Amino acid sequence: MRITVTVDGTSYTDDVEPRTLLVHHLRERLGKVGTVVGCDTSNCGACTVHLDGHSVKSCSVLAVQADGSEVTTVEGLARDGQLHPVQQAFHDNHALQCGFCTPGMIMQSIDLLADNPDPDEHAVREGLEGNLCRCTGYQNIVKAVRDAAHHMRPGAGPEAERVADTGSRTASSVGGGGE
Amino acid sequence: MTATIEPEVGKGRLRKEDERLVTGRTRWTDNLTLPGLVHLAVLRSTMAHAKIVSIDTSAAKEMPGVVAVFTGDDLDPDGAIGMPCAWPITPDMKSPRRPVLAQGTVNFAGEGVAVVVARGAAEAEDALAEIDVEYDELPVVLGLENALAEGAPLVHEDLGTNRNAVWIFDSGEAGSGAPVEQAISDAEVVLKRRFRQQRLVPAFMEPRACMVDPTAPQLTMWSATQIPHILKTMSALTLGLPEHKIRVIAPDVGGGFGGKIAVLPEEIMCLLVAQKLGKPVKWTESRSETMVAAHHGRDQIQDLTIAATRDGTVTGLKVELLADMGAYLGLVGPGVPILGAFMFNAIYKIPAYHFACTNVFTNTTLTDAYRGAGRPEATFAIERIMDELAAELGMDPMRLREQNWIKHEEFPYTTVSTLTYDSGNYEAATAKAMELFGYESLRQEQRERRDRNDPVQLGIGISTFTEMCGLAPSRVLGSLDYGAGGWEHAAIRMLPTGKVEVITGASAHGQGHETAWSQIVADQLGVPFEDVEVLHGDTQSSHKGLDTYGSRSLAVGGIAVVKATEKVIDKARKVAAHLMECSEDDLEFAGGKFTVKGTDTSTGIGDIALAVFAAHDLPEGIEPTLDSDAVYDPENFSFPHGTHLCATEVDTETGRVRIRSYVCVDDVGKVVNPIIVEGQMHGGLAQGIAQALYEEAVYDESGTLTSGTFADYLLPSAVDLPEFTTDRTETPSTTNPLGVKGVGEAGTIASTPAVVNAVVDAVRHYGVDDIEMPLTPMRVWQAIRTGEKAAGGPGAESGGGLGSIDAAHGGAQ
Ligand code: FES
Ligand code: FES
Repeated sequence: MRITVTVDGTSYTDDVEPRTLLVHHLRERLGKVGTVVGCDTSNCGACTVHLDGHSVKSCSVLAVQADGSEVTTVEGLARDGQLHPVQQAFHDNHALQCGFCTPGMIMQSIDLLADNPDPDEHAVREGLEGNLCRCTGYQNIVKAVRDAAHHMRPGAGPEAERVADTGSRTASSVGGGGE
Repeated sequence: MTATIEPEVGKGRLRKEDERLVTGRTRWTDNLTLPGLVHLAVLRSTMAHAKIVSIDTSAAKEMPGVVAVFTGDDLDPDGAIGMPCAWPITPDMKSPRRPVLAQGTVNFAGEGVAVVVARGAAEAEDALAEIDVEYDELPVVLGLENALAEGAPLVHEDLGTNRNAVWIFDSGEAGSGAPVEQAISDAEVVLKRRFRQQRLVPAFMEPRACMVDPTAPQLTMWSATQIPHILKTMSALTLGLPEHKIRVIAPDVGGGFGGKIAVLPEEIMCLLVAQKLGKPVKWTESRSETMVAAHHGRDQIQDLTIAATRDGTVTGLKVELLADMGAYLGLVGPGVPILGAFMFNAIYKIPAYHFACTNVFTNTTLTDAYRGAGRPEATFAIERIMDELAAELGMDPMRLREQNWIKHEEFPYTTVSTLTYDSGNYEAATAKAMELFGYESLRQEQRERRDRNDPVQLGIGISTFTEMCGLAPSRVLGSLDYGAGGWEHAAIRMLPTGKVEVITGASAHGQGHETAWSQIVADQLGVPFEDVEVLHGDTQSSHKGLDTYGSRSLAVGGIAVVKATEKVIDKARKVAAHLMECSEDDLEFAGGKFTVKGTDTSTGIGDIALAVFAAHDLPEGIEPTLDSDAVYDPENFSFPHGTHLCATEVDTETGRVRIRSYVCVDDVGKVVNPIIVEGQMHGGLAQGIAQALYEEAVYDESGTLTSGTFADYLLPSAVDLPEFTTDRTETPSTTNPLGVKGVGEAGTIASTPAVVNAVVDAVRHYGVDDIEMPLTPMRVWQAIRTGEKAAGGPGAESGGGLGSIDAAHGGAQ
C-alpha cells in the first residue's frame, strides 16, 4: 500500500506492507531510529510518538493507519538547536540513566502536560503508567515532568506541543494507549 | 585555558551523556546498519526437555528473502563449540557443554534450535514458522529439591547428577571463627528459618542485539553488552579465532543490571554466520525472546539457623543454600551464590559461621548475575532472620542489630568470613535514618492501630546492610577460582591544544561515566570539565578493560583514571622544570599549573602539552609525550553500608500493601557526583522493592515460562512505587585515594528485606512470621487468614506464582 506520512515536518511517501507497524516504518524505512522498541506486547511505551498531536504507542499502530497523518517523534521536538522544555527538564533533573525509555517517556510526558498543565505527583505517576523505566525508579522523571510544567506555564515559555503546523492540538483523553 | 577553582568532585554536574539521549540521536545496536546487511532470527524450543528427532529446514529455505537456514549441526558439525563459563567454583564442578544451537536435546524452553538468515528481519521471522522440528519429550526437571531427590530424572544424562557443585566455607576450618555446630548446641536460643528467593528477570529495557561485520580487516562485533572486553577475549577462546582479529564495540547500551554480563550463543552465532556468508549480519531479539533466552537471576532456597543468647547476642550462623543454575552454566552463574558467602554475616560480629551452597541444574532458563548478584540474597536472609530473632526474644529489632553490629571505632574489622571491612559508621547512618523516618512516632501509630484493630495495619521494616563491591582484588578472585582478575585500565591522552581524552576500560550503560570521569580528570589535571572527552566501549580505542558490573566502575576504574593522571603530571613536571629552568623539586602543581615555589612564575599543563607536541625543546632523554596509562588492582573490596527503613500499610481485608514511607541513609564514601549517586539509589531501590512486592518468573509444570511478557511479569510502573527519601553519611573508604565506594547495587541489596520485614511486622500479631516473595495481595491475605506463607496460588494475580519450589510439583513445601 502507498502511504504518505509527515514525520517531524518532512513528508514521506512509501509503499508498505499492510502488516508493517508504524514503529518499524519509522525505524527501518525512514531511518527515524530515535524511537525505539522495548517489547512486543504494547506494555513498555518506549515507542511512544505523537500521531496528529496525541501520544500513541507506535508498536500498536499500523503504518497504513498513519496515512495522511502527522507524526512527531523525539527527534522532532528540539527547535533551532533548543531543547523542548520537557527534554530540558529531563536533563536538568537527571530523569534518565541508560536513556532507552527516554524518547517514549518524553513524548508521553508532553501529552500528559497537554491534558493537565499542572499535574501533582500522583497525576504524573498515573499519566506515565504505560511507560516503563528500569533505571531511574521514576522519582526524577516525576520531578522532571513537574519541573517542565512549571516552565511551560502560560507566559513561562513555549506551548506544550511545539509542532506548530498541526494547529489543532486539543486536550487528549488518550493516555498513551495507542488506541 | 582557565583552571578550575572549585573542585569538580562532589559537584552535582548534569550529565554529558544526556543530550543525545533526550534528542533521539542514539546509537543502540539495533539502530546500526551496514551495506548488504542480512538479519538473523532464531527458532526457539517450545519444549523444556526433549530429544530432537529431526529438524526440517527445507521449506524455510524456500521462503522469500531467505538467504540461509542453519541448525546446530550446520554451524558446528563436530559439536566442538561450548559457551564459556568463567567461574569453575570447585575442581569437580559439573559443566555441561552448552552448544550455540541445541544439538541432540533441548534443555529449556527458549533454547535456540535453528537460525534463519534473510534480507529483512520480518522475512527471517516469517521463515521460522516453516521450520519443522520433531521432538521426543523427556521428563522435565523443575524445582530445586525435586532435582536433587533420589531417582530424579536428569537434565544432563551424561553428567549422572543434577548437582552442579557444592561449595563450603566454615569458620572453624578457616580459623576465622569457632565451629558453628558447637555454637548451636551451646546456644540459649536457636532459630531456624527457610526463605525463598524467587526467580527474577533482569529486564533491561533495551533488548539484546548484535551485529557482526566480517568484511573489515578485523571482524567487528557491535553488541548490547556490559562486557565488550571480556566478550572479545571469550569469542576468541570459544571459536579459536585470533584475538587480534576481533574488535568489539558496545555502543549505547540500554541498561544491563547484570543481565548483559554474558557471552551469548547469539553473539557466537553471528560471528559464525557472518564468516560463513561473508556478509554483515544482525540479530535483535524481541522482548518475548529476552524473557526466555536471556539469563534470569536469584532463585534460591535458603535455610538459616541462627544461635543467640537470651539477651540478644548472636553466637553462630549456619547457612545452607540450594541455588538453581537453570539448564546450563552462564558466564559467572555458578559463582553468583558464592559471592553471598561473604555477606551473610553482614554488619554483625558473629563468632561462628558455616556456609554451604549446592548448585543445581533444572530444565529452565539459566540464571546468572542480576543487580547485586549473591549479596541481595545474603542480605535478605540475614536481615529477615534478625527480625525473626528479635520477635523471638521480644526485643526491638533495631536494638538487636545495634547490640551485634561492628562499632565505628572497631574498624578496620576482619569478619568471620575473612573480609576486612576498612571503614563504616553504622551508628551514624542509623541515627540519621531513624530521625528522618520518625521511628518512634510510627511505632506509636502502629500500637494504636493494633489496639483499635484497624483494618489497615502499619508495619516497620529495617535493613541495616553492608555489601562487598568494587569487584575485585585479583588475588581474591584467584582464591575463588574465578577465571580472570579484577583490575581496571585507564589512559589519558593529552592533546596539543590542551584538551584531554580519557580512555576507560569500564563500559557504561547508563551509569554516567562520561560525566563522573570528566569531573575526576578536571580536578586531577586542573582542566575544565568541558575539555575532557571520555572514550569507552570499543576495544579499538579502549583496548584493555574488564568492564562494568559489581559496582566496580568508580572504585576500580575511577581509581585507574586517577593513577593515569598522576603519571601525566609526573611527565609534565620534568618538562615544566626544563622550560622554567628550575629543579623539579621547586615546582608545585595546582589548578592545572606548575608554579615555581615562592614566585609567580608558572606554566599551564596545556602549554606543556603543546611544547611536548612540538618537541623542539625537551629535556635530554624525555619522550615527546605526556600520554599515560595505568592499570589499578584494588587492594580490597569497598563496603558501602546504610540503614533503610520502610513503613508499609497493609489492608488486612484485601491483602494490599502500600509503602507509606521509605527512608534510606547510605554511606557510599566520598561522592563524585551526588546527582548520579542519588539516581543509582533510586533505581536500585525500585528493583529491590519490585522483588519484594511484584516480580516473579513463573514456570508451569511443563517448564513453560508463564510470565514471559511485560503483561505477566510485573515490572513496576511509576504508580507502583513510592517517593523515596534518600540521604547520606560519608565515611571515606581508606583503601583508595578518592575514598569512594560502589553505589550501583546498594539500593537493590538493601531494600528487599526492609519491605518484607515491614509487611511481616504489620501482620505478625495474626501469627504470621513469613510471607514468600513477591508479597502479592493474595499471599498477604492468605497469610493473615491461614498463617501460610506461600499460599495464594499461581500467576493469576500480580506476580504470585509457583517458582521453583512449588508444592504441587513436589517442591520444597
Ligand atoms: S515497544 Fe513496548 S509499547 Fe511499543
Ligand atoms: S533510563 Fe534506562 S530504562 Fe529508563
